[in-house]
Order: sequence, then structure tokens, then C-alpha cells
Amino acid sequence: MIVRMLAFSILLLATVASAIGVVYARQQSRVAFITLSQLGNDRDNLNFEFGRLQLEQATWAENNRIEQIARGKLGMVSPSVVETIVIKR
Amino acid sequence: MKQRRQPPNPRTRLYVVLAMLGLASSALVVRAVDLQVVSKDFYQEQGDARYLRDIPLKVSRGTIFDRNGEPLAVSTPVESIWANPPELLAHADRIPELAKATGLDEDALKQKLEQYSDKEFAYIKRHLNPDDAQAILNLDIPGVASQREFRRYYPSGEVMAHVLGYTNIDDHGQEGLEFAFDGWLAGKSGVKRVIRDRLGHEVENVELVREAKAGRDLTITIDRRIQYLAYRELKAALQEHHAASGSMVILDVPTGEILAMVNQPSFNPNARGNVDPAYKRNRAVTDVVEPGSTMKAFTISAALESGKWKPHSPIDTSPGTFALYGHTISDVHNKGMLDVTGVITHSSNVGAAKIALTMTREHMYDVYHRFGFGEVTGSGFPGEASGYLPIPQKWGPVEQATIAYGYGVNMTPLQLAQGYAAVAAGGRLRSPTFVKGGEQPDHAVIDPEIAANIRTMLETVVAPGGTAPRAAIRNYRVAGKTGTARVASGGSYNKQYVSLFVGMVPASAPRLVGVVVVHDPQGAYYGGTVSAPVFSKVMDGALRLLDVSPDNVQNWYTSAPDEGRSVPGGRKAAATSDVATTADDAAE
Repeated sequence: MIVRMLAFSILLLATVASAIGVVYARQQSRVAFITLSQLGNDRDNLNFEFGRLQLEQATWAENNRIEQIARGKLGMVSPSVVETIVIKR
Repeated sequence: MKQRRQPPNPRTRLYVVLAMLGLASSALVVRAVDLQVVSKDFYQEQGDARYLRDIPLKVSRGTIFDRNGEPLAVSTPVESIWANPPELLAHADRIPELAKATGLDEDALKQKLEQYSDKEFAYIKRHLNPDDAQAILNLDIPGVASQREFRRYYPSGEVMAHVLGYTNIDDHGQEGLEFAFDGWLAGKSGVKRVIRDRLGHEVENVELVREAKAGRDLTITIDRRIQYLAYRELKAALQEHHAASGSMVILDVPTGEILAMVNQPSFNPNARGNVDPAYKRNRAVTDVVEPGSTMKAFTISAALESGKWKPHSPIDTSPGTFALYGHTISDVHNKGMLDVTGVITHSSNVGAAKIALTMTREHMYDVYHRFGFGEVTGSGFPGEASGYLPIPQKWGPVEQATIAYGYGVNMTPLQLAQGYAAVAAGGRLRSPTFVKGGEQPDHAVIDPEIAANIRTMLETVVAPGGTAPRAAIRNYRVAGKTGTARVASGGSYNKQYVSLFVGMVPASAPRLVGVVVVHDPQGAYYGGTVSAPVFSKVMDGALRLLDVSPDNVQNWYTSAPDEGRSVPGGRKAAATSDVATTADDAAE
């Protein structure tokens, strides 16, 4: 009888403990999930920011614009044939 | 008399009561089983639906880069301001504030809200810069919220429009590489399950139902700088000659990579609106042209392969015309006695026709087919045309002669570039590719020696006395071929012309192949006049951009100093580059 009681209470305790474990693990997983989402959002936002900056850079570095500025504003020209020297190393 | 009823049998009573109780309890069991087992899913779902929500996780589309890592197509998040009209109308005093913040007309905004007053959602302003959207949200007007959407931007605009294509409002590829690589670029949106309270606030994240997979980036073979150069020169040539349309393709010979592909007319993919669909076609891949005299390089390849002809075998082209079954083949000028090389140099139709008639139809067809004509190139571009090369059984002598100089067959500019790239690569054909690192395997289509002979012949075209001296590039040897084809329409040829030039540089070890096609130029229409100068200008710049060593320098500046020592004689500025630079395009 004692043995049965003992076995029963051990099992009962184990059940309660595992139940608490489940609750705890679940809570942990939720916390981790929230962190994950937060980090994912941060990553996405940084990526978007990077994309925007790339876009901005590409717009400023647009060939047509550079050519306009080089030729028009700065008065640059490509060297003519006479001004070109080919060097053999 | 009254009959006494028999007293009821207690046993029967008992049975009746038991049966009723049994029925009642089995009804309960049935109901319980129905709820717990049979209809469980339905009730579970109904229960969940009252607080669980599946929220889509949107992903952005991958970026498209050029070969040097310059962004060509970028998705960036934008915010769309929307309102819940009844809620906003309940606070009508805030509407002028909102109108001012969004730059909308106050009355128009009010009218719109009235119109949607029985709905719970109405866009106020779409695709706003996130900072501007945040400023509006910061006003804290009831019923106004924002929603994230993605917009695709193409910083290169119409220069790159045909190759890249575009996406629709849902960010799905519709044309061009955006369409061809949609699955790669798009990614997969995910789903997240959350618990929401009665007011719609997210209380708790439950699980990630499906992880979002962001779109992957794509690096293509186009070089933005060369592309721009080609675009600019082609556009200028079209304006100068008042031509209807045109295309240019530049291939990298060793790898088959497409370095540039431009078409005119073009469109701005950032603001499409109502663009004529004809402007959106990537003509270099979807439209076919008759190759005209550019076909002769392949005819002569076949002639050399047949063994009956050598580069200097004589051929009589006088009197400049050649009657064949009632069909007259004619040259622009009577060149009299030529050799096989001369047929290429002066682009003699008579010579090409006479040479063709010494060969079998099957052999000619075989050579053309090996060079990839009549079949798609395998570039993977959506809507690519295969061109038309009739089977030899359909050829009569007239067809055999006319196909030899490029009439009665057609091909895309890309196919033509591919064929010449095979000549440039020592007789090895390689499918062109748009994807960097997507190099296709090559295979031999003609003897390397024949390819070398053809290249030597093609060099005479660009030399003085050939048909395209204007394709020449300072300090480089150029090999190429002009072509002029009349546009076929309704079974006959009309007065419209197509001017072609296809060439390779540097001729001693070709690195680049370029094709220029100009449709319907007014006035001058010869390929050597209209298309060859475009080739020269673009290739000159492309060779410089790619650092290709010159192979034809008359005056080397041989006293080049070692590193760190100054150049004598006030030539410091010009001599700092170790690669030759020429600049014919300075004149603008």
C-alpha cells in the first residue's frame, strides 16, 4: 500500500512538473518568437533602407546625369585622337 | 359491467423506463460524439476565428544588378494612407488638417469620404515616402492608418526598359527578365498566426505558419555603362536618319554574355501609363529581320567548307547582274572579276549567288543551321522569336541564290550576333545568356581555320575600299559586314529598308561582337552609312570601358617609364593610363 501511494505521488508530482514545464517552454517560445519577429523587422527595415540608399545612389550616378554635368557644367571633353598617346609596357 | 383492469406488470414498466433512460443517455452520447469528434473541426474553427488571425507577411522582390553590381531594379517599401470613412467623418473637424497634410483638395477629400461612407476602407493617398506617411500618422487623426506596399523603381529608366521588363501593381513580373525570372525574384510571402482581442489589437503571437522567403537578387550580364552608350548612340543615329526603330546587341565573345541590348523607341518603366505596346517590345529578341548581306559570311563559310573555294579563288561578277530563271540578281556597282574575299569586301550579290549555286542546298542549309539560324538562341528571354530558315527541300535555284545573300530568311538581331560570335570564337557557337555566371556550353560548328579566314575577309570590309570604312575604330582592328535589306510586306518588297551592321573587335582576338539594326532610315539607307558609325562609336567606348588592349597601334609611345617615374616632355596628363584610349566620340 505504501509503495503504491509513493508511486502515485511521484507520478503526480512528475505530471505537475511536466505541466509547468510545458507552460514555461511555451512562454519561452513566445518570448523568443517575439524577439525573432522584432529582429526580422529590424532586418527588413535595414534592407529597405539599404535599397533606398542604393536607389538614391543609382539615381545620382545615372550616366546621363554624369555626362550632362561633366560636359555642361564642368566643361569636360573626351581627349581627341591627337591628345591620345598609346604606351607600350 | 365494469371490467377490472389488470394491474400493470411492474416488469414491463421497468423495461419501459429503462428503455427511455437508455435512449436519453445514448442521445447525449451521440450528441457528445457529434460535437467532440464528427464536427470538431467546424467548431474549433469557429472558435479560433473569433480570436485567431492569420496575417500575411509580405516580402520584397529581389533586386536586379548589372554585371558590376549597380542596381537596375529595386523594390522599396512605400506607405499608402487609408482611412475608415465613418470613423473619420465622425471627426469631420480634422478633415481640413488631413487634406493639408496630404496635399489633397479638401472638398474632393470630403466628397470621397461621403462616397465611401458605407465602407470601412478607402485609400487617401497611395505610395508615399515612409517619412511623409509617418508625418501624417503623427497628426493622430482618428480613422487614418497606413499600409505598407512595395514599389519597384528602375533607376536606369528607358535605357534598360526592354531587357528588364516590368512588374504589375501586385509586384508580379509581366515582361522581360522580370517575367522570365519571376519565381526567382518574387520570393514567398509568409503567414503568421496571432491572437487578437475584440478591438483588433494583436495580443499575442501564436506561431509562424509559413516562414516568409525573401526574393532573391539577380545579377545580369548587362553592363550599365555600355548599355547607356549603345542607347545614346542608337538614339542619336535614329534621329539623324529619321528612322522608325532600331536595335543594338553587344555580346562578350568568350562567354556569350549579353553586355548590352537596346531598342528604340523605348518607354519609361517608372511611369508607364498608356504606352504604345509597340514601344515595349524588345525588338532585338522578339522581332525578325532579313539579314541581307550579313548572311554572306555564312555562305562563304559553307563555300570554304565545301572545298570548292579558297579565299582567293576568282569569281566573275560582271556585268553586275545575273539572270536566273527570270529573276535578276544585281549588284550596286559592277565590280567585274573578284575573288571570294572581294565578294565579302564589296558585298557582291552576284558573286554570292554564283558561289551558292556550286554547292548543294543541303550543305548550305546545314551550315546555316549549325550557326543557329531558324532556332531560338536559348537565351531564355520571354517571347524570343526563332526566325525562319526554310528546309532545303523547299529551295529552288532562285531561293538558293537569294538566301545566299540574305533574302528569304529571317532572324532576330540576337541570332545574328550569336552567329558572328561563333565566327569570332574560332567556329564555336555558344548560346547567349542574360545571367551573370550563366555561361552556356559551346560546341564546334565550323573549322577554326575557316573561321579565321572569314575574319580576315571581314576585316577588308572595314578597310578603305570596303563597304564600311566608317565602322573603323582607332587603334583597333575591326572585322564586320554591312547589310541592307528591303522590308518584305504582303509578299513583295516595298521601299522601306533595314540597315544592318555586324562586327567584331579587336579582330586579332575578338572580344566583342556587336549588331546594329536600323529600320526605315530616310535618305541614306546603306548599312555602311547608317549603322556602321553607331557600331564604331559604341565599340570605341566599350573597348575602353572593358580595358581591352589595342591591337593596331601605328605609333606606340615606346619610351614608357617605369612606375613612379615621371613622363618626360610635358605629356604627363595623357600618359598616365597604361591602356590606350581613343576618343572619336568627343565631338558632340
